Amino acid sequence: MLSCGGGSGGCSKDMAVELGDEPHVLAVDDNLIDRKLVERLLKNSSCKVTTAENALRALDYLGLGNDRLEGTVSEVNMIITDYCMPGMTGYELLKKIKESSVLKEVPVVIMSSENIPTRISQCLEEGAKMFMLKPLKQSDVKQLKWHLMKCRN
Amino acid sequence: MDLVQLQRQFVDYRTSLYHEGFLDEQFTQLQELQDENNPDFVVEVVSLFFEDSERLLNELARALEQQSIDYKRIDAHVHQLKGSSSSIGAQRVQKVCIAFRNYCEEQNVEGCLKCLQQVRHEYSLVKTKLESLFQVRLPCRREIFFLSKMVLP
Repeated sequence: MLSCGGGSGGCSKDMAVELGDEPHVLAVDDNLIDRKLVERLLKNSSCKVTTAENALRALDYLGLGNDRLEGTVSEVNMIITDYCMPGMTGYELLKKIKESSVLKEVPVVIMSSENIPTRISQCLEEGAKMFMLKPLKQSDVKQLKWHLMKCRN
Repeated sequence: MDLVQLQRQFVDYRTSLYHEGFLDEQFTQLQELQDENNPDFVVEVVSLFFEDSERLLNELARALEQQSIDYKRIDAHVHQLKGSSSSIGAQRVQKVCIAFRNYCEEQNVEGCLKCLQQVRHEYSLVKTKLESLFQVRLPCRREIFFLSKMVLP
């Protein structure tokens, strides 16, 4: 099941995915099995994937953390994150990304095993591109990629 | 035993696991993610599930033995187990986890202990069944690929 955000905060030309390039997705999830699953789903949709086991590691990777990885920040075309994570939640991670002048245009997708309407609208209002229910299916990810590639145009 | 018989055996066994509620549609999703480039995907994910579940079950047992029970911690572990069992399609394990979380919320130690016993039981059942299912496979990867493509839920 997918819930999509409105058309606001579309994709800038700078972060548009070049024709023929594989989009680079950062997948954040504290569950080992879910990380493996989302990685496979994304790779099957021709995406390059980096995984992070929590929000802090994700922030470090994105260059927003306390331990900034100077000069090693890769360009990320999309971030997909679990909502329920220990420490910083996916929602808090979303907020941090949207607060960043560098990263606010990167589409963020939230995943959750719980179908809670207030949670969904909270995430979409904060700027999440989409909210997806776990467990993820191939059809969900294909649709996701379609939305991502649409930003090219 | 020839290939046709083995295929039939595999399909029949798998169908029975669906009918008995041990596995659900999500397991089919996993199999569809397996291909010639990733012929061991299902076995890898399921092995991770076994390792992770055993760790969680031990943590749960330890947590429930404490003088002062930390229900938040227990809930966090059960949430993990619920998530991973859902992601691989281990439906009966997932169902017990839902009940388990309710007892955590009520801070009901009796209920939690009962659920721990039940979830251990369901876990060991599905583990045995999945191990049997994988034994029906032929050693050749190409044949495994065809076997998995043959399956009809």
